[in-house]
Amino acid sequence: MTAFAHYARALGGIVGREVLRFVHQRERFLSALVRPLLWLFVFAAGFRAALGIAITPPYETYIPYEVYIVPGLAGMVQLFNGMQSSLSMVYDREMGSMRMLLVSPLPRWFLLTAKLLAGTAVSILQVYAFLAVAWLYGVQAPPLGYLTVLPALVVSGLMLGALGMLLSSAIRQLENFAGVMNFVIFPTFFLSTALYPLWKMQEAGELLHFLCTVNPFSQAVELIRFALYREVNLPALGWTLLALAVFLGGAVYGYNPAQGFLARKTGGE
Amino acid sequence: MGTPALSIEGLSYAYGRGAFALKDVSLAVGAGSFTALLGPNGAGKTTLFALVTRLFESPGGTIRIGGVDLRREPARALGRMGVVFQQPTLDLDLTVRQNLLYFAALHGIPRRTAEARARESLERLGIAERIGETVRALNGGHRRRVELARALLHEPALLVLDEPTVGLDVPARRAIVEHVHALCRERGIAVLWATHLIDEIGDGDRVVVIHRGRVRAAGPVTEVNRATGADSLTESFTRLTAKEAA
Repeated sequence: MTAFAHYARALGGIVGREVLRFVHQRERFLSALVRPLLWLFVFAAGFRAALGIAITPPYETYIPYEVYIVPGLAGMVQLFNGMQSSLSMVYDREMGSMRMLLVSPLPRWFLLTAKLLAGTAVSILQVYAFLAVAWLYGVQAPPLGYLTVLPALVVSGLMLGALGMLLSSAIRQLENFAGVMNFVIFPTFFLSTALYPLWKMQEAGELLHFLCTVNPFSQAVELIRFALYREVNLPALGWTLLALAVFLGGAVYGYNPAQGFLARKTGGE
Repeated sequence: MGTPALSIEGLSYAYGRGAFALKDVSLAVGAGSFTALLGPNGAGKTTLFALVTRLFESPGGTIRIGGVDLRREPARALGRMGVVFQQPTLDLDLTVRQNLLYFAALHGIPRRTAEARARESLERLGIAERIGETVRALNGGHRRRVELARALLHEPALLVLDEPTVGLDVPARRAIVEHVHALCRERGIAVLWATHLIDEIGDGDRVVVIHRGRVRAAGPVTEVNRATGADSLTESFTRLTAKEAA
Protein backbone atom coordinates (compact mmCIF):
# COMPACT_ATOMS: atom_id res chain seq x y z
CA MET A 1 0.00 0.00 0.00
CA THR A 2 1.39 3.37 -0.94
CA ALA A 3 1.31 6.25 1.47
CA PHE A 4 -0.82 8.15 -1.03
CA ALA A 5 -3.45 5.39 -1.13
CA HIS A 6 -3.53 5.34 2.66
CA TYR A 7 -4.02 9.11 2.87
CA ALA A 8 -6.69 9.04 0.15
CA ARG A 9 -8.64 6.23 1.87
CA ALA A 10 -8.42 7.94 5.23
CA LEU A 11 -9.63 11.24 3.74
CA GLY A 12 -12.50 9.43 2.02
CA GLY A 13 -13.39 7.71 5.29
CA ILE A 14 -13.36 10.92 7.34
CA VAL A 15 -15.40 12.92 4.82
CA GLY A 16 -17.79 9.98 4.30
CA ARG A 17 -18.39 9.65 8.03
CA GLU A 18 -19.12 13.36 8.41
CA VAL A 19 -21.58 13.33 5.51
CA LEU A 20 -23.27 10.18 6.87
CA ARG A 21 -23.60 11.79 10.28
CA PHE A 22 -25.03 14.88 8.65
CA VAL A 23 -27.58 12.82 6.71
CA HIS A 24 -28.62 11.10 9.93
CA GLN A 25 -29.05 14.39 11.75
CA ARG A 26 -31.98 15.91 9.86
CA GLU A 27 -32.64 18.43 12.61
CA ARG A 28 -29.15 19.81 12.15
CA PHE A 29 -29.75 20.28 8.45
CA LEU A 30 -33.11 21.86 9.04
CA SER A 31 -31.80 24.32 11.60
CA ALA A 32 -28.88 25.15 9.34
CA LEU A 33 -31.40 26.04 6.68
CA VAL A 34 -34.03 27.78 8.79
CA ARG A 35 -31.58 30.21 10.42
CA PRO A 36 -30.50 32.07 7.24
CA LEU A 37 -33.97 31.82 5.77
CA LEU A 38 -35.42 33.63 8.77
CA TRP A 39 -32.90 36.40 8.21
CA LEU A 40 -33.78 36.51 4.56
CA PHE A 41 -37.57 36.31 4.81
CA VAL A 42 -38.09 38.32 7.97
CA PHE A 43 -35.11 40.52 8.78
CA ALA A 44 -34.24 41.47 5.20
CA ALA A 45 -37.86 42.05 4.26
CA GLY A 46 -38.30 44.39 7.21
CA PHE A 47 -35.04 46.19 6.56
CA ARG A 48 -35.64 46.60 2.89
CA ALA A 49 -37.32 49.96 3.25
CA ALA A 50 -34.91 51.28 5.86
CA LEU A 51 -31.68 50.42 4.13
CA GLY A 52 -30.92 51.53 0.62
CA ILE A 53 -27.90 49.94 -0.99
CA ALA A 54 -25.88 52.13 -3.33
CA ILE A 55 -24.23 50.63 -6.36
CA THR A 56 -21.08 48.94 -5.11
CA PRO A 57 -19.03 46.22 -6.78
CA PRO A 58 -19.72 43.47 -7.68
CA TYR A 59 -23.28 44.77 -8.20
CA GLU A 60 -23.90 46.71 -11.39
CA THR A 61 -27.24 48.23 -10.49
CA TYR A 62 -29.22 49.18 -7.43
CA ILE A 63 -30.14 46.03 -5.58
CA PRO A 64 -32.77 45.20 -3.00
CA TYR A 65 -31.48 44.42 0.48
CA GLU A 66 -32.32 40.72 0.08
CA VAL A 67 -29.81 40.46 -2.73
CA TYR A 68 -27.14 42.16 -0.66
CA ILE A 69 -27.64 39.95 2.37
CA VAL A 70 -27.55 36.52 0.64
CA PRO A 71 -23.73 36.11 0.45
CA GLY A 72 -23.48 37.16 4.09
CA LEU A 73 -26.04 34.56 5.04
CA ALA A 74 -24.15 31.93 3.04
CA GLY A 75 -21.14 32.92 5.15
CA MET A 76 -23.28 32.67 8.27
CA VAL A 77 -24.24 29.11 7.35
CA GLN A 78 -20.55 28.26 7.17
CA LEU A 79 -19.72 30.15 10.34
CA PHE A 80 -22.33 28.20 12.27
CA ASN A 81 -21.26 24.96 10.67
CA GLY A 82 -17.62 25.62 11.55
CA MET A 83 -18.59 26.24 15.15
CA GLN A 84 -20.89 23.25 15.16
CA SER A 85 -18.20 20.93 13.81
CA SER A 86 -15.88 22.09 16.52
CA LEU A 87 -18.67 21.64 19.01
CA SER A 88 -18.90 18.08 17.76
CA MET A 89 -15.14 17.81 18.22
CA VAL A 90 -15.44 18.81 21.84
CA TYR A 91 -18.32 16.36 22.13
CA ASP A 92 -16.44 13.69 20.14
CA ARG A 93 -13.46 14.07 22.36
CA GLU A 94 -15.59 13.59 25.41
CA MET A 95 -17.37 10.68 23.81
CA GLY A 96 -14.11 9.19 22.65
CA SER A 97 -14.36 9.05 18.88
CA MET A 98 -11.95 11.97 18.57
CA ARG A 99 -9.49 9.74 20.42
CA MET A 100 -10.07 7.04 17.85
CA LEU A 101 -9.22 9.50 15.10
CA LEU A 102 -6.11 10.78 16.84
CA VAL A 103 -4.62 7.29 17.40
CA SER A 104 -4.77 6.54 13.67
CA PRO A 105 -1.40 5.90 12.08
CA LEU A 106 -1.34 9.22 10.24
CA PRO A 107 0.20 12.60 11.02
CA ARG A 108 -2.01 14.69 13.22
CA TRP A 109 -1.95 17.70 10.90
CA PHE A 110 -3.40 15.47 8.19
CA LEU A 111 -6.14 14.10 10.43
CA LEU A 112 -7.15 17.60 11.50
CA THR A 113 -7.08 18.91 7.94
CA ALA A 114 -9.16 15.95 6.76
CA LYS A 115 -11.64 16.61 9.53
CA LEU A 116 -11.73 20.24 8.42
CA LEU A 117 -12.37 19.27 4.80
CA ALA A 118 -15.17 16.99 5.95
CA GLY A 119 -16.84 19.82 7.87
CA THR A 120 -16.41 22.13 4.89
CA ALA A 121 -18.04 19.60 2.56
CA VAL A 122 -21.07 19.51 4.84
CA SER A 123 -21.19 23.33 5.05
CA ILE A 124 -21.15 23.58 1.26
CA LEU A 125 -24.13 21.23 1.00
CA GLN A 126 -25.95 23.48 3.46
CA VAL A 127 -25.04 26.66 1.55
CA TYR A 128 -26.28 25.25 -1.75
CA ALA A 129 -29.54 24.20 -0.13
CA PHE A 130 -29.91 27.78 1.17
CA LEU A 131 -29.01 29.31 -2.21
CA ALA A 132 -31.59 27.06 -3.86
CA VAL A 133 -34.36 28.31 -1.56
CA ALA A 134 -33.18 31.91 -2.02
CA TRP A 135 -33.31 31.38 -5.77
CA LEU A 136 -36.89 30.17 -5.53
CA TYR A 137 -37.65 33.24 -3.39
CA GLY A 138 -36.38 35.41 -6.20
CA VAL A 139 -32.83 36.22 -5.15
CA GLN A 140 -31.03 34.97 -8.22
CA ALA A 141 -27.36 35.34 -9.05
CA PRO A 142 -26.06 34.74 -12.58
CA PRO A 143 -26.30 30.98 -13.31
CA LEU A 144 -22.55 30.61 -13.74
CA GLY A 145 -22.12 32.30 -10.36
CA TYR A 146 -23.41 29.18 -8.64
CA LEU A 147 -20.39 27.35 -10.03
CA THR A 148 -17.80 30.07 -9.50
CA VAL A 149 -18.87 30.45 -5.87
CA LEU A 150 -17.80 26.87 -5.11
CA PRO A 151 -14.04 27.50 -4.75
CA ALA A 152 -14.82 30.56 -2.63
CA LEU A 153 -17.03 28.44 -0.37
CA VAL A 154 -14.22 25.88 -0.03
CA VAL A 155 -11.77 28.55 1.14
CA SER A 156 -14.23 30.32 3.44
CA GLY A 157 -15.54 27.02 4.83
CA LEU A 158 -12.01 25.86 5.62
CA MET A 159 -11.14 29.16 7.27
CA LEU A 160 -14.24 29.21 9.48
CA GLY A 161 -13.85 25.50 10.27
CA ALA A 162 -10.23 26.10 11.26
CA LEU A 163 -11.37 28.89 13.58
CA GLY A 164 -13.78 26.47 15.23
CA MET A 165 -11.09 23.81 15.47
CA LEU A 166 -8.69 26.24 17.09
CA LEU A 167 -11.35 27.11 19.65
CA SER A 168 -12.13 23.44 20.28
CA SER A 169 -8.46 22.76 21.01
CA ALA A 170 -8.55 25.36 23.74
CA ILE A 171 -11.91 24.56 25.28
CA ARG A 172 -12.08 22.20 28.16
CA GLN A 173 -15.73 21.36 28.38
CA LEU A 174 -18.95 21.56 26.45
CA GLU A 175 -20.38 24.07 28.91
CA ASN A 176 -17.66 26.59 28.09
CA PHE A 177 -18.57 26.31 24.49
CA ALA A 178 -21.86 28.15 24.89
CA GLY A 179 -19.95 31.20 26.11
CA VAL A 180 -17.62 31.05 23.16
CA MET A 181 -20.55 30.82 20.80
CA ASN A 182 -21.88 34.07 22.25
CA PHE A 183 -18.54 35.82 22.34
CA VAL A 184 -17.36 34.56 18.97
CA ILE A 185 -20.32 33.96 16.68
CA PHE A 186 -22.34 37.10 17.37
CA PRO A 187 -19.47 39.62 17.25
CA THR A 188 -18.03 37.86 14.21
CA PHE A 189 -21.33 38.05 12.39
CA PHE A 190 -22.42 41.55 13.37
CA LEU A 191 -19.00 43.17 12.96
CA SER A 192 -18.79 42.15 9.34
CA THR A 193 -20.04 43.08 5.90
CA ALA A 194 -22.65 40.31 6.06
CA LEU A 195 -25.50 42.65 6.99
CA TYR A 196 -24.27 46.10 5.97
CA PRO A 197 -21.69 47.29 3.46
CA LEU A 198 -18.46 48.78 4.74
CA TRP A 199 -19.37 52.36 3.81
CA LYS A 200 -22.43 52.13 6.02
CA MET A 201 -20.17 51.15 8.88
CA GLN A 202 -17.92 54.09 8.15
CA GLU A 203 -20.90 56.36 8.70
CA ALA A 204 -21.40 54.70 12.07
CA GLY A 205 -17.85 55.29 13.26
CA GLU A 206 -14.19 54.68 12.52
CA LEU A 207 -13.72 51.99 15.15
CA LEU A 208 -16.64 49.90 13.89
CA HIS A 209 -15.43 50.40 10.36
CA PHE A 210 -11.94 49.23 11.33
CA LEU A 211 -13.22 46.16 13.18
CA CYS A 212 -15.40 45.24 10.23
CA THR A 213 -12.49 45.56 7.85
CA VAL A 214 -10.09 43.38 9.79
CA ASN A 215 -12.68 40.75 10.66
CA PRO A 216 -11.71 37.64 8.64
CA PHE A 217 -15.40 36.83 8.35
CA SER A 218 -15.91 40.07 6.34
CA GLN A 219 -13.20 38.94 3.98
CA ALA A 220 -14.81 35.53 3.59
CA VAL A 221 -18.20 37.13 2.91
CA GLU A 222 -16.73 39.48 0.29
CA LEU A 223 -14.95 36.54 -1.31
CA ILE A 224 -18.28 34.70 -1.56
CA ARG A 225 -20.14 37.83 -2.73
CA PHE A 226 -17.75 38.50 -5.61
CA ALA A 227 -17.50 34.82 -6.58
CA LEU A 228 -21.28 34.55 -6.74
CA TYR A 229 -21.11 37.30 -9.37
CA ARG A 230 -18.30 35.57 -11.24
CA GLU A 231 -15.56 37.82 -9.92
CA VAL A 232 -12.48 37.19 -7.85
CA ASN A 233 -11.83 39.57 -4.99
CA LEU A 234 -8.10 39.06 -4.64
CA PRO A 235 -7.53 41.00 -1.40
CA ALA A 236 -10.41 39.10 0.23
CA LEU A 237 -8.96 35.82 -1.03
CA GLY A 238 -5.52 36.70 0.34
CA TRP A 239 -6.83 37.70 3.76
CA THR A 240 -9.06 34.64 4.01
CA LEU A 241 -6.16 32.34 3.11
CA LEU A 242 -3.94 34.08 5.64
CA ALA A 243 -6.58 33.66 8.35
CA LEU A 244 -6.94 30.00 7.37
CA ALA A 245 -3.18 29.45 7.73
CA VAL A 246 -3.09 31.16 11.13
CA PHE A 247 -6.15 29.32 12.52
CA LEU A 248 -5.11 25.93 11.18
CA GLY A 249 -1.55 26.39 12.42
CA GLY A 250 -2.92 27.25 15.85
CA ALA A 251 -5.23 24.23 15.85
CA VAL A 252 -2.44 21.81 14.87
CA TYR A 253 -0.32 23.33 17.63
CA GLY A 254 -3.20 22.95 20.09
CA TYR A 255 -3.71 19.30 19.23
CA ASN A 256 0.01 18.49 19.27
CA PRO A 257 0.52 15.70 21.82
CA ALA A 258 3.67 17.28 23.20
CA GLN A 259 1.78 20.47 24.00
CA GLY A 260 -0.33 18.60 26.48
CA PHE A 261 -3.47 20.66 25.77
CA LEU A 262 -5.30 17.36 25.43
CA ALA A 263 -3.68 16.14 28.61
CA ARG A 264 -4.87 19.13 30.56
CA LYS A 265 -8.32 18.75 29.11
CA THR A 266 -8.73 15.02 29.45
CA GLY A 267 -7.38 15.12 32.96
CA GLY A 268 -6.97 11.46 33.72
CA GLU A 269 -5.84 9.49 36.67
CA MET B 1 12.51 -13.37 24.16
CA GLY B 2 12.51 -11.47 20.85
CA THR B 3 11.54 -7.85 20.49
CA PRO B 4 8.67 -7.22 22.91
CA ALA B 5 5.38 -6.12 21.38
CA LEU B 6 5.43 -3.23 23.85
CA SER B 7 8.30 -1.94 25.91
CA ILE B 8 8.20 1.07 28.17
CA GLU B 9 11.31 2.42 29.82
CA GLY B 10 11.65 5.11 32.44
CA LEU B 11 8.33 6.77 31.65
CA SER B 12 7.26 9.69 33.84
CA TYR B 13 4.45 12.16 33.42
CA ALA B 14 3.00 15.09 35.33
CA TYR B 15 -0.11 17.11 34.49
CA GLY B 16 0.98 20.70 34.22
CA ARG B 17 3.14 21.53 37.20
CA GLY B 18 1.32 19.11 39.45
CA ALA B 19 2.62 15.97 41.11
CA PHE B 20 3.76 13.06 38.98
CA ALA B 21 0.92 10.89 37.68
CA LEU B 22 3.54 8.37 36.54
CA LYS B 23 7.04 8.04 37.87
CA ASP B 24 9.79 6.04 36.19
CA VAL B 25 7.51 3.32 34.84
CA SER B 26 9.11 0.44 32.93
CA LEU B 27 7.38 -2.67 31.64
CA ALA B 28 7.38 -5.07 28.70
CA VAL B 29 4.68 -7.14 27.02
CA GLY B 30 5.88 -10.09 24.95
CA ALA B 31 4.16 -11.67 21.96
CA GLY B 32 1.23 -13.91 22.95
CA SER B 33 1.29 -12.63 26.50
CA PHE B 34 -1.75 -11.42 28.41
CA THR B 35 -0.40 -8.76 30.72
CA ALA B 36 -2.78 -7.16 33.16
CA LEU B 37 -2.04 -3.66 34.31
CA LEU B 38 -3.57 -3.83 37.75
CA GLY B 39 -4.07 -0.81 39.91
CA PRO B 40 -6.69 0.89 42.05
CA ASN B 41 -8.61 3.86 40.67
CA GLY B 42 -6.27 6.81 40.32
CA ALA B 43 -3.15 4.63 40.08
CA GLY B 44 -2.12 6.12 36.72
CA LYS B 45 -3.48 3.46 34.37
CA THR B 46 -5.42 5.88 32.17
CA THR B 47 -2.46 8.26 31.98
CA LEU B 48 -0.26 5.36 30.91
CA PHE B 49 -2.81 4.49 28.23
CA ALA B 50 -2.98 8.02 26.95
CA LEU B 51 0.82 8.01 26.61
CA VAL B 52 0.97 4.58 24.96
CA THR B 53 -1.70 5.66 22.45
CA ARG B 54 0.04 9.04 21.98
CA LEU B 55 -2.94 11.12 22.94
CA PHE B 56 -0.25 13.02 24.68
CA GLU B 57 3.50 12.76 24.92
CA SER B 58 5.93 12.68 27.75
CA PRO B 59 9.37 14.23 27.49
CA GLY B 60 10.73 11.59 29.89
CA GLY B 61 11.10 7.91 28.99
CA THR B 62 10.56 5.85 25.84
CA ILE B 63 7.71 3.75 24.49
CA ARG B 64 8.45 1.20 21.78
CA ILE B 65 5.81 -0.78 19.93
CA GLY B 66 7.31 -3.84 18.23
CA GLY B 67 10.67 -2.10 18.59
CA VAL B 68 9.45 1.10 16.90
CA ASP B 69 9.90 4.28 18.93
CA LEU B 70 6.50 5.94 19.35
CA ARG B 71 7.94 9.44 19.51
CA ARG B 72 10.23 9.11 16.50
CA GLU B 73 7.92 7.13 14.20
CA PRO B 74 4.42 7.60 15.59
CA ALA B 75 2.52 6.49 12.48
CA ARG B 76 4.46 3.22 12.14
CA ALA B 77 4.19 2.47 15.83
CA LEU B 78 0.45 3.25 16.05
CA GLY B 79 -0.21 1.10 12.99
CA ARG B 80 0.94 -1.96 14.95
CA MET B 81 -1.40 -1.43 17.82
CA GLY B 82 -5.12 -2.01 18.36
CA VAL B 83 -6.82 0.10 21.02
CA VAL B 84 -10.01 -0.28 23.04
CA PHE B 85 -10.61 2.79 25.17
CA GLN B 86 -12.49 2.84 28.41
CA GLN B 87 -15.03 5.32 27.02
CA PRO B 88 -17.19 4.12 24.15
CA THR B 89 -15.85 5.38 20.83
CA LEU B 90 -18.45 4.16 18.36
CA ASP B 91 -20.76 6.39 16.35
CA LEU B 92 -24.17 5.50 17.71
CA ASP B 93 -26.09 6.63 14.65
CA LEU B 94 -23.97 4.69 12.18
CA THR B 95 -24.27 0.97 11.57
CA VAL B 96 -21.74 -1.57 12.81
CA ARG B 97 -20.45 -1.93 9.24
CA GLN B 98 -20.08 1.84 8.76
CA ASN B 99 -18.18 2.12 12.04
CA LEU B 100 -15.80 -0.67 11.08
CA LEU B 101 -15.25 0.59 7.55
CA TYR B 102 -14.52 4.09 8.84
CA PHE B 103 -11.81 2.68 11.08
CA ALA B 104 -10.45 0.52 8.23
CA ALA B 105 -10.21 3.63 6.04
CA LEU B 106 -8.17 5.41 8.73
CA HIS B 107 -5.75 2.51 8.58
CA GLY B 108 -5.67 2.56 4.78
CA ILE B 109 -7.25 -0.90 4.41
CA PRO B 110 -8.87 -1.38 0.98
CA ARG B 111 -12.66 -1.58 1.05
CA ARG B 112 -12.99 -5.23 -0.02
CA THR B 113 -10.38 -6.46 2.46
CA ALA B 114 -12.02 -4.37 5.16
CA GLU B 115 -15.46 -5.88 4.44
CA ALA B 116 -14.05 -9.44 4.63
CA ARG B 117 -12.12 -8.79 7.83
CA ALA B 118 -15.04 -7.03 9.46
CA ARG B 119 -17.32 -9.99 8.81
CA GLU B 120 -14.71 -12.49 9.97
CA SER B 121 -13.95 -10.52 13.10
CA LEU B 122 -17.63 -10.14 13.99
CA GLU B 123 -18.25 -13.83 13.34
CA ARG B 124 -15.52 -14.77 15.76
CA LEU B 125 -17.21 -12.61 18.36
CA GLY B 126 -20.62 -14.10 17.57
CA ILE B 127 -22.29 -10.88 16.37
CA ALA B 128 -21.97 -11.12 12.58
CA GLU B 129 -25.74 -10.89 12.14
CA ARG B 130 -25.78 -7.41 13.71
CA ILE B 131 -23.51 -5.89 11.05
CA GLY B 132 -26.27 -3.84 9.40
CA GLU B 133 -27.77 -2.48 12.61
CA THR B 134 -27.06 0.91 14.08
CA VAL B 135 -24.82 0.79 17.13
CA ARG B 136 -27.56 2.47 19.15
CA ALA B 137 -29.61 -0.74 18.84
CA LEU B 138 -26.89 -2.86 20.49
CA ASN B 139 -26.52 -3.51 24.19
CA GLY B 140 -23.35 -2.58 26.09
CA GLY B 141 -21.77 -6.01 25.76
CA HIS B 142 -22.29 -6.13 22.02
CA ARG B 143 -20.97 -2.60 21.58
CA ARG B 144 -17.80 -3.66 23.36
CA ARG B 145 -17.48 -6.65 21.05
CA VAL B 146 -17.78 -4.35 18.05
CA GLU B 147 -15.01 -2.19 19.49
CA LEU B 148 -12.88 -5.27 19.95
CA ALA B 149 -13.57 -6.43 16.40
CA ARG B 150 -12.64 -2.96 15.18
CA ALA B 151 -9.38 -2.93 17.12
CA LEU B 152 -8.37 -6.15 15.34
CA LEU B 153 -9.25 -5.08 11.78
CA HIS B 154 -5.70 -4.05 10.88
CA GLU B 155 -4.30 -7.25 12.43
CA PRO B 156 -2.18 -5.61 15.11
CA ALA B 157 0.54 -7.46 17.01
CA LEU B 158 -0.38 -5.57 20.18
CA LEU B 159 -3.80 -4.94 21.66
CA VAL B 160 -4.20 -2.43 24.48
CA LEU B 161 -7.46 -2.20 26.41
CA ASP B 162 -8.27 0.31 29.12
CA GLU B 163 -10.75 -1.20 31.59
CA PRO B 164 -12.79 -2.63 28.72
CA THR B 165 -15.38 -4.35 30.92
CA VAL B 166 -16.53 -1.21 32.73
CA GLY B 167 -20.32 -1.14 32.91
CA LEU B 168 -20.83 -4.67 31.55
CA ASP B 169 -22.83 -7.39 33.28
CA VAL B 170 -21.11 -10.59 34.42
CA PRO B 171 -21.72 -12.79 31.34
CA ALA B 172 -20.68 -10.00 28.96
CA ARG B 173 -17.56 -9.37 31.03
CA ARG B 174 -16.65 -13.03 31.03
CA ALA B 175 -17.16 -13.32 27.27
CA ILE B 176 -14.80 -10.41 26.57
CA VAL B 177 -12.15 -11.64 29.02
CA GLU B 178 -12.22 -15.15 27.54
CA HIS B 179 -12.13 -13.93 23.98
CA VAL B 180 -9.10 -11.75 24.57
CA HIS B 181 -7.28 -14.59 26.32
CA ALA B 182 -8.04 -16.79 23.30
CA LEU B 183 -6.54 -14.13 21.00
CA CYS B 184 -3.28 -14.39 22.94
CA ARG B 185 -3.20 -18.19 22.87
CA GLU B 186 -4.38 -18.79 19.34
CA ARG B 187 -3.08 -15.82 17.40
CA GLY B 188 -0.07 -14.81 19.43
CA ILE B 189 -1.36 -11.28 20.00
CA ALA B 190 0.23 -9.41 22.88
CA VAL B 191 -2.31 -7.83 25.21
CA LEU B 192 -2.02 -5.07 27.77
CA TRP B 193 -5.25 -5.06 29.75
CA ALA B 194 -5.77 -2.35 32.35
CA THR B 195 -8.12 -3.25 35.16
CA HIS B 196 -8.82 -2.91 38.82
CA LEU B 197 -10.77 -6.18 38.87
CA ILE B 198 -8.59 -9.05 40.01
CA ASP B 199 -11.01 -11.77 38.86
CA GLU B 200 -10.25 -10.83 35.25
CA ILE B 201 -6.69 -12.08 35.64
CA GLY B 202 -5.88 -15.79 35.29
CA ASP B 203 -3.09 -17.69 37.05
CA GLY B 204 -1.20 -18.08 33.78
CA ASP B 205 -1.22 -14.33 33.05
CA ARG B 206 1.42 -11.77 33.72
CA VAL B 207 0.62 -8.81 35.91
CA VAL B 208 2.04 -5.35 36.45
CA VAL B 209 0.82 -3.82 39.69
CA ILE B 210 0.78 -0.04 39.56
CA HIS B 211 0.00 2.22 42.47
CA ARG B 212 0.34 5.98 42.81
CA GLY B 213 2.11 6.18 39.48
CA ARG B 214 4.80 3.62 40.21
CA VAL B 215 5.24 -0.03 39.30
CA ARG B 216 5.09 -2.03 42.54
CA ALA B 217 5.51 -5.52 41.11
CA ALA B 218 5.72 -7.17 37.69
CA GLY B 219 5.88 -10.73 36.39
CA PRO B 220 3.79 -13.89 36.14
CA VAL B 221 1.01 -13.98 38.74
CA THR B 222 2.61 -16.92 40.56
CA GLU B 223 5.94 -15.10 40.85
CA VAL B 224 4.36 -11.91 42.11
CA ASN B 225 2.52 -13.95 44.75
CA ARG B 226 5.76 -15.68 45.75
CA ALA B 227 7.63 -12.37 46.00
CA THR B 228 4.98 -10.83 48.22
CA GLY B 229 4.56 -14.04 50.23
CA ALA B 230 0.85 -14.12 49.43
CA ASP B 231 -1.44 -17.03 48.57
CA SER B 232 -3.45 -15.18 45.98
CA LEU B 233 -3.25 -12.18 43.71
CA THR B 234 -5.92 -10.47 45.79
CA GLU B 235 -3.68 -10.74 48.81
CA SER B 236 -0.60 -9.64 46.87
CA PHE B 237 -2.50 -6.67 45.55
CA THR B 238 -3.71 -5.69 49.00
CA ARG B 239 -0.18 -5.87 50.37
CA LEU B 240 1.39 -3.99 47.48
CA THR B 241 -1.14 -1.18 47.56
CA ALA B 242 -1.41 -0.98 51.33
CA LYS B 243 2.30 -0.41 51.93
CA GLU B 244 2.17 3.10 50.58
CA ALA B 245 -0.94 4.01 52.52
CA ALA B 246 0.60 2.90 55.80
